[in-house]
Amino acid sequence: MDLSAINPVLLIASLMVAATPLLLAAIGELVVEKSGVLNLGVEGMMITGAIAGFAAAVESGSPLAGFVVAAVAGAALSLLFAALTQVALANQVASGLALTLFGLGLSALLGQRYVGVKPPQMGRIDIPVLSDLPVVGPILFAHDVILYFGIALTGAVWAVLKFTRAGLVLRAVGENHEAAHALGYKVVRIRTLAILFGGACAGMGGAYISLIRVPQWTEGMTAGIGWIALALVVFASWKPWRALLGAYLFGGVTVVQLNLQAAGVAIPVEYLAMSPYLITILVLVILSADKSSAPASLGRSFHASR
Amino acid sequence: MSTSALLTLDGLTKAYPGVVANDKVSFVIGTGEVHALLGENGAGKSTLVKMIYGLVKPDSGQMTLRGQPYEPAEPRQARADGIAMVFQHFSLFDALNVAENIALGMETPPPMRDLAARIRDVSEAYGLPLDPYRTVGALSAGERQRVEIIRCLLQDPKLLIMDEPTSVLTPQEVEILFQTLRKLKSEGTSILYISHKLEEIRALCDQATILRLGRNVGACIPAETSARDMAELMVGTALKTPERSDRTFGAVALAITDLSVPAPSAFGTALRGLQLSVRRGEILGVGGVAGNGQDELLSVLSGEVTTARDAVMFDGQPIGHMGPTARRALGVLTAPEERLGHAAAPDMSLTENALLTGSVREGLETRGFLKWGVARSFAETIIKAFDVRTPGPENAARSLSGGNLQKFVIGREVLQRPEVLVVNQPTWGVDAAAAAAIRQALLDLAAGGAAVICISQDLDELMEISDNFAALNEGTLSVPRPTAALTVEEIGLMMGGAHGMEVAHV
Amino acid sequence: MIRLEKRPQPSRVWSLTTPLVAVVATMIMGGVLFALLGKDPVEAILTIFWDPLFGEFAFYYRPQLLVKGAPLVLIAIGLSLGFRAGIWNIGAEGQYIIGALTGAGVGLAFYPMEGWFIFPLMVFAGALGGWAWAMIPAVLKTRFGTNEILVSLMLVYVAEQFLASMSLGLMKNPEGFGFPGSRNLQQYASAHNAEIVTGTGMHWGVVAALIAVIFAYVLLNRHMLGYHIRLTGEAPRAARFAGVKPARLILFCLGASGALAGLAGMFEVSGPAGQVSIDFNVGYGFTAIIVAFLGRLHPVGILLAGGLMALTYIGGDIAQGNLGLPSAAIQVFQGMLLFFLLALDLLTNYRIAFGKPEVA
Repeated sequence: MDLSAINPVLLIASLMVAATPLLLAAIGELVVEKSGVLNLGVEGMMITGAIAGFAAAVESGSPLAGFVVAAVAGAALSLLFAALTQVALANQVASGLALTLFGLGLSALLGQRYVGVKPPQMGRIDIPVLSDLPVVGPILFAHDVILYFGIALTGAVWAVLKFTRAGLVLRAVGENHEAAHALGYKVVRIRTLAILFGGACAGMGGAYISLIRVPQWTEGMTAGIGWIALALVVFASWKPWRALLGAYLFGGVTVVQLNLQAAGVAIPVEYLAMSPYLITILVLVILSADKSSAPASLGRSFHASR
Repeated sequence: MSTSALLTLDGLTKAYPGVVANDKVSFVIGTGEVHALLGENGAGKSTLVKMIYGLVKPDSGQMTLRGQPYEPAEPRQARADGIAMVFQHFSLFDALNVAENIALGMETPPPMRDLAARIRDVSEAYGLPLDPYRTVGALSAGERQRVEIIRCLLQDPKLLIMDEPTSVLTPQEVEILFQTLRKLKSEGTSILYISHKLEEIRALCDQATILRLGRNVGACIPAETSARDMAELMVGTALKTPERSDRTFGAVALAITDLSVPAPSAFGTALRGLQLSVRRGEILGVGGVAGNGQDELLSVLSGEVTTARDAVMFDGQPIGHMGPTARRALGVLTAPEERLGHAAAPDMSLTENALLTGSVREGLETRGFLKWGVARSFAETIIKAFDVRTPGPENAARSLSGGNLQKFVIGREVLQRPEVLVVNQPTWGVDAAAAAAIRQALLDLAAGGAAVICISQDLDELMEISDNFAALNEGTLSVPRPTAALTVEEIGLMMGGAHGMEVAHV
Repeated sequence: MIRLEKRPQPSRVWSLTTPLVAVVATMIMGGVLFALLGKDPVEAILTIFWDPLFGEFAFYYRPQLLVKGAPLVLIAIGLSLGFRAGIWNIGAEGQYIIGALTGAGVGLAFYPMEGWFIFPLMVFAGALGGWAWAMIPAVLKTRFGTNEILVSLMLVYVAEQFLASMSLGLMKNPEGFGFPGSRNLQQYASAHNAEIVTGTGMHWGVVAALIAVIFAYVLLNRHMLGYHIRLTGEAPRAARFAGVKPARLILFCLGASGALAGLAGMFEVSGPAGQVSIDFNVGYGFTAIIVAFLGRLHPVGILLAGGLMALTYIGGDIAQGNLGLPSAAIQVFQGMLLFFLLALDLLTNYRIAFGKPEVA
């Protein structure tokens, strides 16, 4: 065992990388839940994004194209969820599960040809001077562009929800869909847009895993990150910046346990690998007491009757 | 009074599967006129105003606004044309603040800070003070209504639609509202005032249109028409007032002493220091504006919320710790306000719903195993005894109309021979004939020696049937007083008076 | 114009026919999928649905139907109780693994002793293991209000790590030449969940599944507890009014589904699978969710749905061998089935109307 082999600067830098897929998916789901919809299909949309993005990047040679395709694929899958829950008024829990089961199968099917393939590398931002600074450089100024995009997206979602009319309408729909309908807002349309946004974010999060974090394609490689993202939204009390904090926390746990595995700590590998899931449960337990900030219409179907 | 027409409705018709909600309804609302739209529940008032507000499209018929054809595709367009609406339910967002709620109802709201200032100005001008930054969920029913009214006033409406505005107000608050409305009228705003409360209409309105079963059945000038005549137009038959025989009171059946319960949710009401007792043969009326602890009081009595053992006593025996089933076994029965989802399961059959509360006292189970045959015949008994209109007990609860389901729910408890019966809003949203039948059943039950607590927001109902009256106000209960000696003024004060509202500076 | 109109009450006809329509729709869409993969759609569908039952080698496949169907039905019956009450245990896969581990663990602990009591003890241990694993989300939900969906699912990943740890460590076969995996219980008579009638696929898990179906039927239709489960799912507030204690119901539903999933895992590890190994679990816990919904959460429906789903597994295997159809295609097929089912469920409660509403 050699704990000194763990470099704290690299640890923080890789923590940010590990956190990014989680952050992207959680921010997307946060918007979906703010509109009053519970989409449990995050895992399915992520894995679909992971393979779609991977395939597109390999075929086109451009990782950025991969991310665009991943976003589209995630959104396309979420459109199925929107059709089920917003048009066919199906139970949101069951529909989310269906999305995940379907996504896992679909990705495995699409991914057969890509097992063992190396994807094109995503370039890192390299700012002269800044990127070369000790400690601060590798942590703040030497990442890929998607990582910064994730942080920017968090800020954008926060600002839109807090300061704009679109954000106010979204929150209103999630709070009380009957009232929003009575005032003339198109509940189904607004929710569908939110679901699509969530799907695109989850798709990109998935592609981040297959293109940057790992980077390669293996079946079921999201390994529950989509579900952790769902827990993260609860952890964040539906507040974007707290989602960022939570993502870094979980990212930290993942990276530390991987580093401990590599360092050969006496704890068996399997028990270290359990830790992110156990910590998710622990966090859920601690934070579940307060549900007051949850959108009041969360998970309820809306049908304009009369 | 102005005579020029603001809005003309001509032959408006709207049908839903199985029911014609509006059948060729025509009338005219004049500029600066307060026009009453009168009718029972289910007469088609709501559908009509939804058409005016652009929420529902008419199947046929035309509307004319200031001489121009008016066909609002959505509420946004109606608002742009100067039509504003204060809803009875469902149009505020609890978790958002007053200013945000108001901004949502406006087309092009100014920046929040300016909006807040305007809210302050307008609310002061009309005697309806409001803090723009308070969370709406924390407001009283009367204050919530002010939010809606100010939302409308900020748009400088030509026609203000008010759907049953006084159902959530104390008599004193009603007086303040009327002053505000008269001020608006004097400024030339027309008001379409929907209600079934005849005395209010007589005091406020210039014209009245009466709807029955979707049809316009007449018009009158309320100030010149007696309440009784209007009621008969509205109901279509002469009204029968329930018979109230002289009752003798027995021993105290149910007593609550010094009961405090924390609020069940963020926007619920905490019960504070409750005291009450009701004797056999007595009907205790509990009035109060919605949201002052009615639901919470019922759940404390039904056993859905348990308390200290001796905070609730039945026949001198502590039952505060007992759940609903144990209380039913003793004969303490309840009927909650919300029919669908609380008193009954919407998608379950009437037989299954009969089982919901009837299993203990009607012997519908043995050692956990259900006797469907007995349950079915119990459901049939209820249907027959309470004249519930349904093809049979295998039909789902949600297929019944509000009045029929309410008769079923009340009948289910009454037929179980309760020692104590607690009902909440027993005739809410129920047509006059069903309401009369339900009230009669409660009176008969008391005459038979049961103790009855009737929680209701309908003061007329409480005056009609209760022996003693107490009011809930912010989770506290006033000392019960004999109903016969009470004036409207006194009742209003028991309900909390004007809740600190200022009178409009007219 | 197409509109949705809420029916005054749920349609019985549609509630029975939607699963059939969904199956047919899935077959059509599946055919399109197979065609896209370059396979003859008709042949693929026939291979999946016809060959296992009536094909040349049906004598071999028919018993497999019971072997694959039993765990699906056993788990789905448990899940359906919770789903009916709005309690979402989606971690059956984890409870299945833990049940297999505790069941096999008891058996392995007695090795090489022989005795009639060993197998019943393993059955008990398997149920207990699954039950205990499901009690974690149940207790956390009742005590802290924690979301049972997320907790039960997280515990699947934890259970998978446990499984890996056990097959590489504690339960590893000491005579296994260092390969991962436990002793083969098929070669340990007292612990072997052998076929009751040779060549039929009928093992004790099948018996347990049939008993579970009957029990669930009686519970839901004839017993107060079942009524309370249904009531809670339909109208939680009305259930509380009727005297249901939600915490007790949560403990019962999660506990029962956990125990049944644990049983399924135990019967699998001691029978068809034979040993604890890293890749012991194949997703029955998740497929059972589809089975539960396809069976409309009704015990008899679940029995039929379990058979159908087992058929797709077996047929998928055949299609993989004969036509080179990827195994993931079957997963997609199963996912599609759930989609269609959920979408068509609409017809039970709503009617689709065209044009303007008629004046009644």
